[in-house]
Amino acid sequence: MTDQPPVLDVRGLRVDFPGRHGTVTALSDVSLTIRPGEILGVVGESGAGKSMTGLAVQGLLEPPGHIAGGEVWLNGRRIDRLTEREMQKVRGREIGAIFQDPLTSLNPLFTVGQQLTETIRLHLPLGRTEARARAIELLAEVGIPAPAERVDHYPHQFSGGMRQRVVIALALAARPKLIIADEPTTALDVSIQAQITALLRRLCDDHGTAVMLVTHDMGVIAETADRVAVMYAGRLVEIGAVDQVLARPGHPYTRGLMGSIPALGARVPRLMQINGAMPRLDAIPPGCAFNPRCPDVMARCRTDRPEMRGKPGQGACACWLMEREEA
Amino acid sequence: MIVFLIKRLLNAAMVMLVVALLAFSIFRFVGDPIQLMVNEQTTQAERNELRENLGLNDPFLVQYARFVTNAVQGDFGMSYRNQQEVMSLIAERFPATIELVLMATIISLVVGVPLGVLTAIHRGRWYSEGLQFLSIIGVSLPSFVIGILLILVFSVILNVAPAFGRGEVISIGWWTTGLLTPSGRAALVLPSVALSFYQITLVMRLVRAEMLEVLRSDFVKFARARGVPAWRVHYRHALRNCLMPVVTMTAMNVGSLIAFALITETVFQWPGMGMLFIQAVTFVDIPVMAAYLCIVSFIFVALNTLVDITYALIDPRLRTARV
Repeated sequence: MTDQPPVLDVRGLRVDFPGRHGTVTALSDVSLTIRPGEILGVVGESGAGKSMTGLAVQGLLEPPGHIAGGEVWLNGRRIDRLTEREMQKVRGREIGAIFQDPLTSLNPLFTVGQQLTETIRLHLPLGRTEARARAIELLAEVGIPAPAERVDHYPHQFSGGMRQRVVIALALAARPKLIIADEPTTALDVSIQAQITALLRRLCDDHGTAVMLVTHDMGVIAETADRVAVMYAGRLVEIGAVDQVLARPGHPYTRGLMGSIPALGARVPRLMQINGAMPRLDAIPPGCAFNPRCPDVMARCRTDRPEMRGKPGQGACACWLMEREEA
Repeated sequence: MIVFLIKRLLNAAMVMLVVALLAFSIFRFVGDPIQLMVNEQTTQAERNELRENLGLNDPFLVQYARFVTNAVQGDFGMSYRNQQEVMSLIAERFPATIELVLMATIISLVVGVPLGVLTAIHRGRWYSEGLQFLSIIGVSLPSFVIGILLILVFSVILNVAPAFGRGEVISIGWWTTGLLTPSGRAALVLPSVALSFYQITLVMRLVRAEMLEVLRSDFVKFARARGVPAWRVHYRHALRNCLMPVVTMTAMNVGSLIAFALITETVFQWPGMGMLFIQAVTFVDIPVMAAYLCIVSFIFVALNTLVDITYALIDPRLRTARV
């Protein structure tokens, strides 16, 4: 699996938002790859740049935000320089999207069948009846009972979990090689969450689809993802195979994120918490952005920013502690 | 859906009864109808007889019931001034006003909706902001000023359109239309443009505000993420979600246009109901005023009810909702 060329290859991505009070850099130097059939979890606090990374890859940044540096390669083609018209053919066809809130992602005035056939016919050379047949197939595939009947229902006639399945069916409509799922389970009940992540996992295994799973929930990552990328204040701080990162987190921030998940059965008097809040993007401290909240902060963390460097084993981490470990 | 319909219709009937009560009270209690009908030579005995014959001595509720019964059958009595049936007076004027109002409504939608969509999509561009600015002028200029300006420019200076009247009309049954003759069509242009001006700006601003709201919604972003082309996202997915308030406002405004077309009608000497009403006010012709009140209210209420039903047709969520 690791020998295959990556579906998505993001190199040194930088996103800027020019504003009245100067330019805010929302993402800097984000590099990651996702291989076929792989789920990459992207995790971090709100505003860390997880969703931004997904939007930038899809070319859906809200103006005036734009990609100011780096490259995005999809299936061996560079896509960050494409025109809006060319990007329309990429979105939906090569990148499927799943949004956070299934209640608001679907247009309330069209049946799910209309929305499915619209997507299918935009990307695939199918007639009306073929597209409808495929819409029903898709609904069946994502586990919607009585799909032939449900296809003519409106979004409001579905429950939240069922709507998220419809959203997934929409993302799958043209069999894209990559799916960007932005907090796909956050708005759902816990019991439904597990079903949806299991569904994603299954689709990924069945079709070799690559998935970028954006979430703030380390638990979802641990259960679903193959690799994990941890983001903080618009930068990647750690990336690696899930089991390795979970077993030996390199960055104090990653450790903090994991410490805030309660373990079942274990009697913990108090969950660990990361003190303070993530800095605003226009007020990132010099050195390592995490230094004001870091329990292991050293003098040089306040002046010099650590670069991503390979950890022993697989993966990479941006922390001065790594250097000490190596030495 | 049936329950919904029945509820709405009952509602409408209630409102109409209240309006009828109001109209009746004006008719009955503003001045003495007998006083207005007779001349100085009439004796007190004759007056009393007339009062008895007209049923004005009956109890209030009986008179009110009689008024409603007659009104439902389209009988609003005789006009004091020209001794004609009020209903036939209004029927004569009705087509003129309706044609004017419908024309103005069509113009306002055809021009207003695309302008609203454009200014929303291209927010921040100079032409979009320019239109936005112009629309403020449109909202704040009174319609008679616009009417007079139009007459000045197009009738007096350029002499391309008639300044007053309805031109030649053709009768189709009891309906008279100016749409079938060249002079009738020409006469319709200026008044309907003047009347639609305010509507255009209203529709445009409403569509723009709604579009900006809808364009921020998740399903619009999700539609783009599915690869739906921009024009399709704007005109199919977003615009349709904006139409509810536009439908409401347009329908409600058809009512107010009919009621308030009287200013435009006066400026352009348009022989519609507005002119009739102005004349009725001048001569204290109370039956005409009462009838006008009832008919305009009826149009209002009917349109409101229609709007509610149209809602259910546009938005599937209301169709199945238990009301």
